[in-house]
Amino acid sequence: MPTYSASEVAPFGADRETAVVAGDGGLQIASRLRLSLSGIVASLAWLAFGVSCLRWPDIGDWPRTEAVAYTAFVVAAGILLVTTAREALGKFGAGVQQRAPWFLALGAFLTLWEVTTAKFGWLPLPFFPPPQSIVEVYTDDLPKLFDSAFASIKLQLGGYFIGAAVGFLTGVSIGWSRAAGYWVHPILRFIGPLPATAWLPIAFFTFPSSWSASTFLIALATGFPVTVLTWSGVASVSTAYYDVARTLGAKPSFLVLKVAIPAALPHVFVGLFMGLGSSFAVLVVAEMMGVKAGLGWYLQWAQGWASYANMYAALIVMSLLCSGAITLLFKVRDHLLVWQKGVVKW
Amino acid sequence: MVATALAEQASFIAAGASLDIDHVSHAFDIDGKALPVLDDVSITVAPGEFVALLGPSGCGKSTLLRLVAGLEPPRSGSLREDGVAITGPFPSRVVVFQDPTLFPWRKVWDNVALGLEAQGILKTQRHRVDAALELVGLSSFRNAYPHQLSGGMAQRVALARALVNDPKILVLDEPLGKLDSLTRITMQAELVSLWQRTGVTALLVTHDVEEALFLANRVIVFSDRPAKITADIAVDRPYPRHRGDAHLAELRRQILGLLGLDATW
Repeated sequence: MPTYSASEVAPFGADRETAVVAGDGGLQIASRLRLSLSGIVASLAWLAFGVSCLRWPDIGDWPRTEAVAYTAFVVAAGILLVTTAREALGKFGAGVQQRAPWFLALGAFLTLWEVTTAKFGWLPLPFFPPPQSIVEVYTDDLPKLFDSAFASIKLQLGGYFIGAAVGFLTGVSIGWSRAAGYWVHPILRFIGPLPATAWLPIAFFTFPSSWSASTFLIALATGFPVTVLTWSGVASVSTAYYDVARTLGAKPSFLVLKVAIPAALPHVFVGLFMGLGSSFAVLVVAEMMGVKAGLGWYLQWAQGWASYANMYAALIVMSLLCSGAITLLFKVRDHLLVWQKGVVKW
Repeated sequence: MVATALAEQASFIAAGASLDIDHVSHAFDIDGKALPVLDDVSITVAPGEFVALLGPSGCGKSTLLRLVAGLEPPRSGSLREDGVAITGPFPSRVVVFQDPTLFPWRKVWDNVALGLEAQGILKTQRHRVDAALELVGLSSFRNAYPHQLSGGMAQRVALARALVNDPKILVLDEPLGKLDSLTRITMQAELVSLWQRTGVTALLVTHDVEEALFLANRVIVFSDRPAKITADIAVDRPYPRHRGDAHLAELRRQILGLLGLDATW
């Protein structure tokens, strides 16, 4: 029964049932149509978005309206094409089919956004710019946006890696050595919980450049959770592992490098994840307060000109970068912790 | 399978060492008070002998094994391997624990290689890891992670991890205690076979009287904590032994009597 192959990619339980039940003749066509339904409706939603761009005149001056409309038509045609040729396209077709409800929601949302902003102005301008004005930012202000994103990435990477490395080494030291714990633990308890942003005014005065000050703050924000979780990871390693390694002739360096650290790695990655989150916050604040570059600065600058479209555009880029960084971290973790059962997928 | 693998692998044939446990007493500190666990224990184990230590749960048998392994120094008395005082852990005395305690982040092969790697001789001795895996019949699982193994398989890997070091004294801390009864019976036969072919000295802690009688040349019975030796019984039967052996049944009755459990028989 050919419907079985289609039912495997059906997104909802209901579709799956009908696909299995509908065995013969006319019912089969009906079930095929049903499976394509979400794709067809998604295509219609994007068509509606394109039409809504052209159907009414803009209430403002936005040169990209037509281009956005034609792009929407291309997307609509693309979804329709993939939906009809789904079986021939294999994995890609199945992927699009599975995401059809999301395409539908996105198309509907864009249509609503277009109509309520650019066409009838139900949402007040300039706080709610239409989609085409955000597209315009990406086409016309790309160099500045790109430079800002690059500056942010550079600052973030430097601070994050320094913080992660120092935090990891500190965590291993205090987890392993009683003497290191005696001296570092109280300092950690005193300084660690302080939000890194609280250092901002002091850091900008004491460091030679705003860039080095920001790197320090990002490293601080990253370092604290990484230290604490590495430490707790090393401290919670079962003594049975050490006993086994010692009876097999392991020296202290082997116990640290080949037993304590690999066993603590799951904790370390929780720390790296938390550190990434708090370092994003510090990055943006630092860029808004002192660094004259980066997406945080771009946001601040756009606010100064009341160009809300630029702010939304920058927010979208920022979100993609942060999400991408977390995805990358999780990929590294999945690679290193492949021995763990059932790690959370991001 | 094990026998043929061993016959091919001459490197495992190493004579066992003698072990002298000389007036050893030990205690734990609990809330500042000393809790005695071993009371003047003296045992002499000849090279290649298989000695089982039996006693009530928590009597201090496992502590004695930790002292033999060198993981802790005794409070008083001394332990000697081939006449040389035991001052710390050494790969000639390896322990197989009740839990396999395989390192979950290492594949089976890398777990078995642990001892050679820790001693810094893995590069030239990789074939010993392959041979040890073959010895326990798990060559095809070399690339598996520990969480993919059954309890019996994990314990076999732990055994291979011990044997790869060519130990002179094999310290077995209830290694079969957590296995199901069928796997346990198979593993008991394999342990006998391994011990016979390697000539290693074996020291086994167990709760299972039948297991002790099936495996050991000598069964040493301990009292409740602090552990004192109450009997040292020679099991003078040839291998392979049979569980229904009348002499073993008689010994079992006698040992259960020493442990105060004869009423159930």
